Amino acid sequence: MTGVLNLVRRLGAGVVEAVWRIGFATRFFMLLLRYSGQSLLRLHLTIREIYFSGVLSLLIIVVSGLFVGMVLGLQGYETLQRYGSSEALGVLVALSLTRELGPVVAALLFASRAGSAVTAEIGLMKTTEQLKAMDMMAVNPLARVVAPRFWGGVISMPLLAALFSAMGVFGGWLIGVVFIGVDEGAFWSQMQAAVDFRFDVLNGVIKSFVFGIAVALIAVFEGYDCTPTAEGVSRAITRTVVSSALAILALDFVLTSFMFRGQS
Amino acid sequence: MSRTTLDLWVGFFVVIGMAALLFLAMKVGNVGSSNFDETYHLKAQFDNIGGLKVRAPVKSAGVVVGRVTNIGFDTDSYRAEVTFSLGTGYHFPKDTIATILTSGLLGEQYVGLDAGGDVEMLEGGDVVQMTQSAVVLEKLIGQFMFDKAAETPAN
Repeated sequence: MTGVLNLVRRLGAGVVEAVWRIGFATRFFMLLLRYSGQSLLRLHLTIREIYFSGVLSLLIIVVSGLFVGMVLGLQGYETLQRYGSSEALGVLVALSLTRELGPVVAALLFASRAGSAVTAEIGLMKTTEQLKAMDMMAVNPLARVVAPRFWGGVISMPLLAALFSAMGVFGGWLIGVVFIGVDEGAFWSQMQAAVDFRFDVLNGVIKSFVFGIAVALIAVFEGYDCTPTAEGVSRAITRTVVSSALAILALDFVLTSFMFRGQS
Repeated sequence: MSRTTLDLWVGFFVVIGMAALLFLAMKVGNVGSSNFDETYHLKAQFDNIGGLKVRAPVKSAGVVVGRVTNIGFDTDSYRAEVTFSLGTGYHFPKDTIATILTSGLLGEQYVGLDAGGDVEMLEGGDVVQMTQSAVVLEKLIGQFMFDKAAETPAN
């Protein structure tokens, strides 16, 4: 009897904890937006963060975009030539990259490359009581530390995703046209006929923007919320990567079902 | 790192990102060519539209002159009502025939316009009177089998 009661009690505690965390994250987000104006006035703080999370992620995004495109080129050609329509390779590469792979894979890479770094930085600042020291000096840590990192991530993400897609298309072209020898004119013209700017490209940009908000928010929140010990920081980083990945994939499903429902 | 180098790198990053987006818009998506700036709408009723979809191209002599914007069902005549927009630069005579065609054997379906010889032109909101429905493969095969059976003398 007491065992069952304990089980129910633990379940209740878990639910209360989860709800409390969601509420805390929402209030954190609202405060973050409120102090964003202050931090955006000092633009160089945000520019610094764009450098750290955007510019330093360039290499991994460019290289993995190229390889993803090349693999798509090889695998797509392998399947399409069975049906004698290898010219449709461009369509396959471009549509899968602009609609799905570009935003999603770029966001996953961004979460593990930049999101984890942001969490570690803020978590360590909290552990060494730098955030408290700032508060004592009447400097708002939300405006000085958190908001620039958040906006840096949000601004970087769509640019990185666009770059990923462009590099992927280039990789697909490299394999399909240069190495395998698919007709170049058909490759580009079929791609241009099938890819719609508003429907495919712009929806991909919207997706990457939403992923940018999710990843950046999770990263700064986990860092700000971490237990101020060495172990707490390491756990916070793990949570950032895991929950970012889950949030990206779940949001991707929701966005896709709104954007591409019942059309063409 | 000094502030100017930082600004330079971020500027470089933003330029690259924008260039990638421009590449996607121009080279991959080909913005502009498939969307006409100014359009006018025409309607046509078909007995059967087959697999025609919204945003399918409207072609005349193989050139894309417009897009299908809406597909509805007319409850009075029990026919499909297809609305499509044409670029204002393209005018067609009153006795134009609208046909639903398939590109290739199994390709996507589109609306084909065959211009007639009338001096009066169709204007926005007009209905194309003469239409030809989509060829439904099952019906075609059924008809073929029926004819074949009728041809062979029973023995």
